[in-house]
Amino acid sequence: MATEALRAPATTPARPPRRRGGGIRGNENIAGWLFVAPVIVILGLFLLLPILMALWVSLTDWNGQGSPFTGGVPFVGGKNYSRLFTEDGLARRDFMTSIRNNMYYVGIVVPVQTALALGLALVVNNRMLKGKGFFRSAFYFPSVTSSVAISVVFLFLFANSGAVNKLLGLLGINGPEWFADSRGVLHLLLGAVGVDAPPGALTSGGPFGLTWWDWLSGPSVAMVSIICLVIWTTSGTFMLMFLAALQNVPVALDEASTLDGATRWQRFRHVTLPLIKPTMFLVLTLGLIGSWQVFDQVYVMSQGDPAKTTLTPAYLSYRTAFRDFDYGSGAAISFVLFLIIILLTLLQRRVMADRDEPRRARWWRRRVPERS
Amino acid sequence: MAVLTDRPATPVARRADRGPRARVNRILGYAVLVAFGMIFLYPFVIQLGNSFKTEPDAAANPLSPLPDTLTLAGFERIFAGTNFPLWLGNSLLVTVLVTLGRVFFDSLAGYALARLRFRGRAGLFAAVIAVMAVPGVVLLIPKFLVLKQLGLYDSYAGLVVPLLADAAGVFIMKQFFESVPVSVEEAARIDGAGVFRTFWSVVLPMARPALITLTILSFQGSWNEFPHSLVSVQNPDLFTLPRGLADLVSGSLGKGTQYPLKLGAALLATIPVAVLFVIFQRYFVRGANEGADKG
Repeated sequence: MATEALRAPATTPARPPRRRGGGIRGNENIAGWLFVAPVIVILGLFLLLPILMALWVSLTDWNGQGSPFTGGVPFVGGKNYSRLFTEDGLARRDFMTSIRNNMYYVGIVVPVQTALALGLALVVNNRMLKGKGFFRSAFYFPSVTSSVAISVVFLFLFANSGAVNKLLGLLGINGPEWFADSRGVLHLLLGAVGVDAPPGALTSGGPFGLTWWDWLSGPSVAMVSIICLVIWTTSGTFMLMFLAALQNVPVALDEASTLDGATRWQRFRHVTLPLIKPTMFLVLTLGLIGSWQVFDQVYVMSQGDPAKTTLTPAYLSYRTAFRDFDYGSGAAISFVLFLIIILLTLLQRRVMADRDEPRRARWWRRRVPERS
Repeated sequence: MAVLTDRPATPVARRADRGPRARVNRILGYAVLVAFGMIFLYPFVIQLGNSFKTEPDAAANPLSPLPDTLTLAGFERIFAGTNFPLWLGNSLLVTVLVTLGRVFFDSLAGYALARLRFRGRAGLFAAVIAVMAVPGVVLLIPKFLVLKQLGLYDSYAGLVVPLLADAAGVFIMKQFFESVPVSVEEAARIDGAGVFRTFWSVVLPMARPALITLTILSFQGSWNEFPHSLVSVQNPDLFTLPRGLADLVSGSLGKGTQYPLKLGAALLATIPVAVLFVIFQRYFVRGANEGADKG
């Protein structure tokens, strides 16, 4: 890439005339490449090259000894991938368990953090309240702290005799042993209505080697504590994004619709929501990308325990490579995770585009000239 | 950027501010704010209070912010019984180097992408944006492989060099430089300044707000960075604060509760960023909303 800088002619070839004079810009080709060289080298070496290397490693059985790029490393082709999807065994069970855990985690974290962030932004954006700056900072502060340090605090809060259980005790609820409780929340709910054992139809035959009963467990109690932590640390950032979007909603619009007799809900639904749609999309996408990558909290708080119910693909790939020295499998897991994230992002783009409202009730939307 | 100011109340709004319904709304609004303010801040209060408690006290009254007997035993044990001072030194070194590197390299690249016309610029910018979309966690094993190959594994260089530039920072700087009027540079050029000279003495001094934002974000990012230190070093002498903390909690020292010690160590790791947050809050907010422009 950077070699082009060396081959670039010192004088720029004739171009169609541009807005700016070209006379004093003759050496920009070289200067431009020199300016971006450090960034290209660092990002290339530690972002692009690694991806290619890992792709190779995911096709081998490298065990971490010596270099993975010598002839002695066994090449296994797609075996690492088929072990995750088609061959029955521990590798597939662990991987599918981690996918299940992460699905429930995403299914709760993304909607809740988005709703909470939007709700808080709407309250903080209220004209009639004072002291909003303080509250805005309070909601945002958790987002800037270290994930590891915060995980330590939440370990203490959710300890067996910790603050959360003390609070629940005040309400007369006997709190669980959060980090030792591998029971799924859905199973617990079913148990509450008397379904303790899985019905026969569900004890076997689920997809990818897990039973239907296992797929339908819901997040475990231990996972719920991690979910609480993540919602608590991420909502603030997303609140700021919504707040910036709400600040851009013209006041005149709100007032016009009030004069037209719109209720508060109608105003929110037909005026505010359409205007903050791009931000909504951004928040959902960032939330989705972030929550498929949950790692730090799992590493510090649970290491995938109890009974593998807090195992996530990100943590599993790390553990497979660095604890079991099975680098090929670990790399394969991270590529599957990469694909999941990309596919979901694309899917979301499509869904959001399709749900673009038909052209109605838009008479009030100002024509904003395109910014270049 | 979003500067959060109260909008002037227009006649309609003023009318809506009065009356019993408005009062109920306001009380409700405050109730929500205070309730959530508690939820978001009280864990830090608990952390602060419990790090000064004795162990039995912390175990018995975790909710109370006030220690029965105020003790510094937890903090004494942090400095005497763990490698905390070493982690702190490593973290400071890594953070300072990474922040300096990012501010300088990202500004250079951002300026080139915003202002210099060179062949391949558009493709390069597209590549930077694409790189931003790569999930960091996916790169754990790959990064380790590259560091091993380059012989940087388990060294300060391995901790620092891969973090010296980041795509998001390049993006922030590019956005800013595009807003600087071209006439300023052209005047400098006509006066005979070269490309670098123009950048260094004319444009960069104008970029103070963007530079502060980038400095803050880089500091916060590298101070809190955990997964990278996990795959770039294994020698305990090279642990940064987050790595040391994680080791303290889940490693050999994690046996037994020792909550005052752990909470205290986590507290000390949070303080620098908290101080920055209080002083430079505006820039944090700006950084958080930087992403919103990409949408």
